[in-house]
Amino acid sequence: MISILKPAVQTTIQDLGRRGFRHLGVGRCGAMDPLSLMLGNRLVGNDEEAAGLELCMPPARIRMDVECAIALTGADCSARLDDTPVDVGRRVIVQAGQTLQLSVARVGFRAYLCISGGVDVPQVLGSRSTDLQARMGGLEGRLLRRGDVLKLLPSKMSYRAPEGLSLPQIGSTIRVIPGPEFASFAPESRDTLYKTPWKVTMQSNRMGYRLEGPALVIQDTQEMRSRAVFPGVIQVPPSGLPIVLMADAQATGGYPTIASVVAADQWRLAQIAPGSWIHFEPCTRAAALLALQEQTDLYAH
Amino acid sequence: MNAVRAYWLSETAAVLDISGDTGVESQRRIWSLADQFRARAGVREVVPGMNNLTVEMDPAALQFDNLLDVLQAGWGASNAAPAASRRIEIPVHYGGPDGIDLDEVARHTGLSREQVITLHSAGEYTVYFLGFLPGFAYLGGMDQRLTTPRRSEPRLSVPAGSVAIGGEQTGIYPSVSPGGWHLIGRTSLTLFDPARDHPSLLMPGDTVRFMRVEERHD
Repeated sequence: MISILKPAVQTTIQDLGRRGFRHLGVGRCGAMDPLSLMLGNRLVGNDEEAAGLELCMPPARIRMDVECAIALTGADCSARLDDTPVDVGRRVIVQAGQTLQLSVARVGFRAYLCISGGVDVPQVLGSRSTDLQARMGGLEGRLLRRGDVLKLLPSKMSYRAPEGLSLPQIGSTIRVIPGPEFASFAPESRDTLYKTPWKVTMQSNRMGYRLEGPALVIQDTQEMRSRAVFPGVIQVPPSGLPIVLMADAQATGGYPTIASVVAADQWRLAQIAPGSWIHFEPCTRAAALLALQEQTDLYAH
Repeated sequence: MNAVRAYWLSETAAVLDISGDTGVESQRRIWSLADQFRARAGVREVVPGMNNLTVEMDPAALQFDNLLDVLQAGWGASNAAPAASRRIEIPVHYGGPDGIDLDEVARHTGLSREQVITLHSAGEYTVYFLGFLPGFAYLGGMDQRLTTPRRSEPRLSVPAGSVAIGGEQTGIYPSVSPGGWHLIGRTSLTLFDPARDHPSLLMPGDTVRFMRVEERHD
């Protein structure tokens, strides 16, 4: 068991998300930075599907009530286990009763805590991820609170797992491929997408990152019918200010799509804190698939 | 004449889009094509939209560079699914605390409250696709005399089961959520339950009718 003594501003149980139910209106959810969750699970000998904690905006304190192995990945929150510093990307053996403390993130925005065995909550539609909109999955479909106690699944304790891993570089350059309505935007707006720095606003959350910058102008105002959207899709509502859809995005949408963030960079965007700036860099579909393949080869089991 | 296009939405998802004079007939072809794609290997998500269909592939799956051609060919070979056999009746308690915007809809449309209820419950609706929230059905077929623009300020919390009108559409909120549509009534049916074999009460192709009841039985 583990006990939440103090949650971060947003602490949720997440795995790699719900797949195959989007046609029922069910969002993917899951870790905003799935790469960090996978790496953490690997360090503690879990399957990559195991559920861990996503901690957004610590400070946070969590007591481990059993002996277990833990790993922190994603944002570096100057963690300490009792009085001992804990590095990100390392497996640490924890004695029952020890308390893990995370401070404000120094680098990155979302920290992942993986624990040997993984968090034991019921699977809902094939996933343990918290869906905050539909209020299902995770623990009662909600943010974790002070006093919550979470059970763990039996650990495989496979210590053939590496003890430490070098983590991917967090950065603010995000590759995108042009979307279906890219050509409908004014030529200046198409340039602007790539040339201007975009500010991630405070109105950003697990559903979407709202960006601030020069308003993008659509020329060809064809009728848009509702169609599927996915995490990574960049929609431009009438305000002209783009919204990058993130893990909790709904299944369908009706705004023009100027571009979409390549799958290989979605984790990187999730580590950008509101108030920070990002750049979009053009990418082709083929290069996007290659980048994802390379990432998988580099970091998969 | 319909214009049929296929294009990439992301590196792994492609859209088949039917534009032009479209309606429920082309939507039926979309539904049947969706079922075919769902059975294919390497397919991760198959999502019908309004006269379009999006297929997302598992990037680990083998080659799918020809997905656009496959979608186009699929459309050419598709048939309209047989007319919906499922008819779903939704008991609705209109007005009162369950339908706090009924007066507003009546005022905007120039109809009486009774007329709003009569028109809404007389209609036969088709589920085009699901989205927004788990189990939220986009319904076609509302009497256009009921058209009422969405609220300028969405409510932060709309009760589950609320039956509402937003613009030219009507719908049912499956779970508590923010919402900008006008609430005219409420049903006690559970629209979405992940523990059921078929989590969503309503599925694309279903025919829906609203049946007026005098009280809700939760």
